Amino acid sequence: MSTNALSQHYAEQVQRLQDGLPGAIPEWLAGRRHGAAARFSEAGFPDPRQEEWKYTNVRPIATKPFMAAVSDAPVSEEALRAMGFEGLDAYRMVFVDGRLRTEFSDLGELPAGVTVQGLAEALASDPDPLEPLLGTLAHDRFSSFAAANMAFLTDGAVIRLGKGVRLERPLHLLIVGSAGSPATWSHPRVLIQAGEGSEATVIEHYADLEGASGFTNTVTELRAEAGAQLRHYLLQDHADSAYHVGSVFIQQRRDSRVTSHNVNLGGRLVRHDLNVDLTEPGAEIELNGLFLVGGRQHVDTHTRVHHSSPHTTSREQYRGIGQGHGRGVFKGRVLVERGAQKTDAQQHSANLLLSPNAEIDTKPELEIYADDVKCAHGATVGQLDETSMYYLRSRGIDAEAARGMLVFAFADEVLERMELAPVRTSIERRLAARLPEAGAIDVIG
Amino acid sequence: MLKINNLQARVEAAEILKGIDLEVKAGEVHAIMGPNGSGKSTLCQVLGGRDGYEVTGGTVEFMGKDLFELEPEERAREGILLGFQYPVEIPGVKNIYLLKEAYNAQRKHRGEPEADTFQFLKLVREKLKTMQMDESFLHRAVNVGFSGGEKKRNEILQMLVLEPKLALLDETDSGLDIDALKVVSEGVNRLRSQDRAIVLVTHYQRLLSHIEPDFVHVLSDGRIIKSGDKTLAHELERNGYHGIIEEAA
Repeated sequence: MSTNALSQHYAEQVQRLQDGLPGAIPEWLAGRRHGAAARFSEAGFPDPRQEEWKYTNVRPIATKPFMAAVSDAPVSEEALRAMGFEGLDAYRMVFVDGRLRTEFSDLGELPAGVTVQGLAEALASDPDPLEPLLGTLAHDRFSSFAAANMAFLTDGAVIRLGKGVRLERPLHLLIVGSAGSPATWSHPRVLIQAGEGSEATVIEHYADLEGASGFTNTVTELRAEAGAQLRHYLLQDHADSAYHVGSVFIQQRRDSRVTSHNVNLGGRLVRHDLNVDLTEPGAEIELNGLFLVGGRQHVDTHTRVHHSSPHTTSREQYRGIGQGHGRGVFKGRVLVERGAQKTDAQQHSANLLLSPNAEIDTKPELEIYADDVKCAHGATVGQLDETSMYYLRSRGIDAEAARGMLVFAFADEVLERMELAPVRTSIERRLAARLPEAGAIDVIG
Repeated sequence: MLKINNLQARVEAAEILKGIDLEVKAGEVHAIMGPNGSGKSTLCQVLGGRDGYEVTGGTVEFMGKDLFELEPEERAREGILLGFQYPVEIPGVKNIYLLKEAYNAQRKHRGEPEADTFQFLKLVREKLKTMQMDESFLHRAVNVGFSGGEKKRNEILQMLVLEPKLALLDETDSGLDIDALKVVSEGVNRLRSQDRAIVLVTHYQRLLSHIEPDFVHVLSDGRIIKSGDKTLAHELERNGYHGIIEEAA
């Protein structure tokens, strides 16, 4: 028996699942779920002896008896509005404890060629078109969390953009946890299929209702066909008592362009894996990330950019801020395959420690098997610049306000890359509220 | 306004200021000149309150207050503004934001209501014109990507907005071409008034042909070795520091 063996609680959950898989689901799906359940059982939760989990011990997740929510939690429109983005004109899908709540969702008039629907509904009505999309990028061998997501799959979002279609308004997926007792776990899955030359913005946004301390285990599979342009926001603003593990898989074809904005503000224990495969020439990815860890928060982000074709480009900028006893981890791997000539990869990780008890580990990892490439990376962990502090103070700004300005400016260099001003402004406010030193921030100009 | 009495200071182990005496009154313009390493910048930083500059003796009074009792930001709010020799680049902080925060910090200190964005912009636009700066400067990060001349203009712009009682300009003329020097000097001349003092710290005489000082002091090896009127600057121009230093020794 492996040391990772699932606790009695999770072993029972898997057993119940395997007994209860309905016969109505198509064979391909039943097969994938059975396989995933078996892999989750066998591998158990990852442990810190595994290189990929060296800095993040998921024991707090593994030892809690999370359960699927049994009924729809009460939700108010007001609570949802407070979590949303003021001034954002967007299509909206709301998920509570992993299940779509159509009464709070608004998909208005979608343009022709665009399909947006709940995953449970899609699987119930017409599952077969999902066979090539669901679980094909996200191999559940990748991690036992991805396997658990497939095994316990309940609902999620399916977004399909036909050839050349442009979705003008962004799509806001608001995925929230409720204060269930016992604490709930949920396994939302987001599938995005961007057809040739299509264009859209999808905001995957995690938050919690008052008092939530659940576990959200997500998987996102995003395919960008030739020339598609996708902007993907991954915003994690959970309650500080909540747990989150998310795996994003992006596959890009010729001349496609994907921009990823990944912001982590909340959560007790959070892990993100962003996996990008640039499979054809001209594919371009931009990865922007910001995390703030304070209190006893732990946020770990792993990115893996795979340049598997020549003439592919990646631009990656991640920033972390640690205060209190916060703990942050960034590991960025860039892999340039043999033959992926003219790869242009840049990665930068900058981190700011505001407290002697905060810790951030950053680790760039370049693996290059081609000889005609441009690859650059840099990583820094430091404190606020003394000279800048002095300069601001010499203008009459007190030390506390000066510190706030500098910290905020540091974070804003990532946030200013966001195309959607209402999202950016709202994130800036939430960030400022979490920075004790930055109380007086008002943004002008 | 400013009374410096036997000021001594060191940076790390090195004793730099060895007893400076200087009095500056409202309405006066003083120039402190000296060769490299004479202690000019150290004097500015000590007056600004920068960490790492240790005062080992003497006193400095500003408007009757003991300067060394005040934090750097308090000194600024009391009315001392230091123009940096090397203005600091601050990525992510917009110029307008710094200006407004600094302006309002001062108003708050004086018990005046803070200016709103509209009022403030009106004020700043006027000052931008004096410094021949485009409004786009307001929305750029503080000094980031600015040329040497633009940085110095930005320092003077801050002075014009904040209207200090004492403007202390550290090598404001260094790195300026003749056109930028004119603009910067014009800005400083605008600051001249009966109730304001200006101290120019400079290596070269050329700034003084644009901003005429009332007093000139020569600093050498941490002491003021000679003081005079503006003709002293001309003498320096002719004979160099060497002559005056030898004469004083």
